[in-house]
Amino acid sequence: MNIKNTTKGFTDFFKDNSKIRNYLPQILTLLFIVFLIGYFTYNAQVNMDNRGIDFGFHFWGQEASFDIQFSLIEYDGSHSYGRAYLVGLLNTILVAVIGIFFATILGIIIGVSRLSSNYLISRVAEWYIEIFRNIPLLLQLFFWYFAALRALPLPKEAINFFDVSFLSVKGLYIPKFIWTNFDIFIYSIIAAIISIIFVYNYARKKQEQTGTQTPKFLISLGIIIVLPLLTFLIGGVSLSFEYPILKQMSETIFNYVGGAKIIPELMALAAALSLYTATFIAECVRAGILGVSKGQKEAAGSLGLTTGQILRLVVMPQALRIIIPPTTNQYLNLTKNSSLAAAIAYPDIVLVFAGTAMMQTGRAIEIVSITMATYLTLSIAISILMNWYNKKIAIKEK
Amino acid sequence: MYKYIKQLTSLFAVIAVLFAFAGEAMAAKKSKTLKNTQKKGFVRCGVSQGLPGFSNADASGNWTGVDVDVCRAVAAAVLGDAGKVKFTPLSAKERFTALTSGEIDILSRNTTWTLSRDADIGLTFVGVNFYDGQGFMVRKDSGITSTSQFKSGLSACVNIGTTTELNMRDFFTSKGISYEPVVFEKADEVVAAYDSGRCDTYTTDKSGLAAQRTKMKDPDAHIVLPETISKEPLGPVVRQGDSVWEDIVRWSLNVMIEAEEYGITSANADAMKSSENPQIKRLVGAEGELGAAFGLDNDWSLRIIKQVGNYGESYKRNIADTGILPDRGPNQLWTKGGILYVPPAR
Amino acid sequence: MIKKINILGTPTQDKLNLFVPMGIFFIILGFLDVILNAHFKINLTSFLPIWLNYFAPLIFGFLGLHYIRIEFSGIKILDNLNKNINSNGFNALLTLLILFVLIQNIPPLLNWLFFDADFIGTSKEECSREGACWIFVNVWLKRFIYGLYPNAEIWRINLSFLLLIGFIIAGFLVPVKAKKYIIIFLLFVFPFIAMNLISGGNFGLEWVETAAWGGLSLTFIISIFALLFCFPIGMFLALGRRSSAPIIRYSSIGFIEFWRGVPLITVLFMASVMFPMFLPDGTYMDKLVRVIIAITLFEAAYMAEVIRGGLQALPRGQYDAGKSLGMGYWRMHLLVILPQALKLVIPGVANTFLALVKDTPLILVVGLLELVGMIDMAKSNPDWLGFATEGYIFAGVVFWIICFNMSRYSQRLERRYKTDR
Repeated sequence: MNIKNTTKGFTDFFKDNSKIRNYLPQILTLLFIVFLIGYFTYNAQVNMDNRGIDFGFHFWGQEASFDIQFSLIEYDGSHSYGRAYLVGLLNTILVAVIGIFFATILGIIIGVSRLSSNYLISRVAEWYIEIFRNIPLLLQLFFWYFAALRALPLPKEAINFFDVSFLSVKGLYIPKFIWTNFDIFIYSIIAAIISIIFVYNYARKKQEQTGTQTPKFLISLGIIIVLPLLTFLIGGVSLSFEYPILKQMSETIFNYVGGAKIIPELMALAAALSLYTATFIAECVRAGILGVSKGQKEAAGSLGLTTGQILRLVVMPQALRIIIPPTTNQYLNLTKNSSLAAAIAYPDIVLVFAGTAMMQTGRAIEIVSITMATYLTLSIAISILMNWYNKKIAIKEK
Repeated sequence: MYKYIKQLTSLFAVIAVLFAFAGEAMAAKKSKTLKNTQKKGFVRCGVSQGLPGFSNADASGNWTGVDVDVCRAVAAAVLGDAGKVKFTPLSAKERFTALTSGEIDILSRNTTWTLSRDADIGLTFVGVNFYDGQGFMVRKDSGITSTSQFKSGLSACVNIGTTTELNMRDFFTSKGISYEPVVFEKADEVVAAYDSGRCDTYTTDKSGLAAQRTKMKDPDAHIVLPETISKEPLGPVVRQGDSVWEDIVRWSLNVMIEAEEYGITSANADAMKSSENPQIKRLVGAEGELGAAFGLDNDWSLRIIKQVGNYGESYKRNIADTGILPDRGPNQLWTKGGILYVPPAR
Repeated sequence: MIKKINILGTPTQDKLNLFVPMGIFFIILGFLDVILNAHFKINLTSFLPIWLNYFAPLIFGFLGLHYIRIEFSGIKILDNLNKNINSNGFNALLTLLILFVLIQNIPPLLNWLFFDADFIGTSKEECSREGACWIFVNVWLKRFIYGLYPNAEIWRINLSFLLLIGFIIAGFLVPVKAKKYIIIFLLFVFPFIAMNLISGGNFGLEWVETAAWGGLSLTFIISIFALLFCFPIGMFLALGRRSSAPIIRYSSIGFIEFWRGVPLITVLFMASVMFPMFLPDGTYMDKLVRVIIAITLFEAAYMAEVIRGGLQALPRGQYDAGKSLGMGYWRMHLLVILPQALKLVIPGVANTFLALVKDTPLILVVGLLELVGMIDMAKSNPDWLGFATEGYIFAGVVFWIICFNMSRYSQRLERRYKTDR
């Protein structure tokens, strides 16, 4: 009896003091989190003391003493670990950008084909999606790198593309672009883009005011061709090519020197990422186009627009609103999946920093935290961008 | 008078008890690893993922190799049976973290002893069981017979996170050759990349080159270049902070080497108990109390020699007779022209 | 140019008998050319200059399809064909390209995969090199499925999975009252039974260390465990994210966004390399346990987002009605909200589980050998070098079968539970 009374008193106490009921769980959660973090930190401190390791980031400025196979900026072993981190980060961004580019194009093609009235095309697209979506990305990557690209011939018998480009087991060799006065060329491109934006704005304003159309596409085309061409003719910009030539290094070892080299690791990673992510983007595109209500297409048709115009002016703008958020999510997934480079020898941030650097310095906690923080920053930045875009284009319902 | 005798007796009794406890405490030295190992009943040994001659498992899962023998020696000393070892294959990436995290107690994985590894990451190297150096392997038909024939543009396959990666850089930079490092995590992937032609040369410790060559499709198509570009003393590693365990592993290895110095083999170890040489008698446990220093019984060294053999037997069994490196090179006793010189077990 | 070929006029229904045979003739010519070229090395049109020769079958086929493109012919097959693959020139071209590519590549592929392949044998020498060497898969099959588990103890893994499947099937068949007991048994009792069976150590079973578990069985073990635990954790996180208490909400958001923002590889690194430093000195948590915990927390964050979507999709009226009936927070959620929300999120949950299964091969970077890891190990064995392609194709097929069926099943579930509102 007494126990029942006390517990009843207890629960009554809670029912009456709603403030405590609100705050107690929060305080408990906070205490739990603080306790957990404190426990981990204490243990880590004890462990590190026992082993004689100290916590710190001074390895950042130390000499790295290892070379990296492929780097967009100047790097060799005498640079610091910090610079190695930068090289890895740039390589990650490079493969992500290449992957996003190809995945988008392929995804759009497949997504639109899926909706085609041609039975064969839509079936082929459907099978493509089903096959490449259900096989793990790591397996696809291994297949491309260890099975497909390893089967390429040695440089001596490389596959020859018009004698300027060669594909062998060591990589794809393409002519290197050698610019003089490259900055002038870039300025001209930037100027061209700015003027095109002005042209479009002007055309839009003119259409709103007077209803006449201006051939803005042709004008933009002209600008983008003429302006850079001018820099070639009078701006002092010139372009020459350095072709890869086969050099014999020993009796059977050949290599191409000169020209730019694309390593097979990069090709395999970009190929696997693009093919895999394209399936998801295709589904997003299909959902987007299907999401535009049929009435829109019929109304546009009844206004006398051709199929191409309907697609371009009515369907796509609305479909884009549905397509872009999940697609941006897929871009994010692609960037995170690029961390699989650690399994093949592509020197991205995971292999260079959380791999070699971590093994040479032994600073596991610091390095893994920095790597995770890098990816977290990228994800959060893209999420914020996407939220801003979503708010901007959201249809303001009445 | 009687009162004083009583007080004195009780004082002596107290002092005796204290000494007894102190003696007990000093004898059973605090070693968590030793205690855990004895409780578990097996030694946890980290080895490679398959390097013939050093640590390699056959089809039924039996491990053999000189690194394996070091762990077996410790098991024989501590647990009485050289078979009570559990082997964990580790890649170059996870070997140190497996040790520091407590997954294994000994890392016997042809690991090079360097300053940064010894001092900076919480580990202790307890000896060298194989003196080696780094070398390069190329295909025989490439026509290269010496590293002086290397030209710029070379691609070299290497294991990630090893001293090999760093030494390779030093070597090529000092020669002014620009090269392309292709780094993989697993040794098998490195070998496959070299074999397929992705890389022109494969570099690691020379013993590793010889061992991996036996695993290739066509071993005779490859040669190891004569130049040695670095010092690679390979030896077992333990966690920092447990000095008794350190000593046990260190002296297990030393006993194996010293036994060969005195001619004690697994066959004649028992017979050597009646030897004239006091050092031999100490090594086979017939004299002295060496085991007590670690908290082990006195037959610990005898068990090592009988169940695993001395260093020469281990080398012959694993590396010489299998054809990997028939010539012992620097891994010979100092009395016979090599550099194996260990402190005496006495 | 199309106008130029209309020398005989546009194909219409009246001139049916003129155009259809002509069209069929050209189509057959085109296909014949491709087949002979690709498989019998006979070049019918070798008298033409090189570019024309290469594109000849395409031109023939295109002409043929143009001629049979009759708007309404009355013949059902022809109309179907025209509507589906021949509606305009572009479609016709694409159809031809696809068919020609298939004709050129499928027979050699089938040859390599099945007809020239070797299925029976025990060693590498019995592999002729013309076709795929499935002997490789045959010999290593036990390792691929069970990892390095000792052969004598494989019955334990089989028994565990049989029990699991048996109880799940029983769960579908027994009356509703007993279903509750089956679910409780599966969730709470079965894990212990399975653990004891598979890892052993007690009851006289030999202890098998987790480093020896591997292959497809490890994939399943990890997936099932992770799914079991990530669902309740995800549910709590989703509820926490929607709670009005600021501390609970922000800590849930922080937790979810952290796990969703980092790639799984870094999570696995953290579990295998960093996490042991956070444990007290001397304790050692098994690597497999750490990896399962890491994967569970990782997937729980994604699961939380999926469940949150379902909770958000419920109209506010449900919450209000529950509150107006005087239900407390937990009662309302348990009896009113969650049953409806979970029905909505079934496809999302199934997708997350699918992603989980597809993510398990990543554990090979921390040294646990599941199916892909075992194949890697097998293909580097000195006796079996050079069979990477066969191994990867086998793994691809296995995963594809599993994932494809799961996605089909989840689509069926979605259709079944679609209680329209």
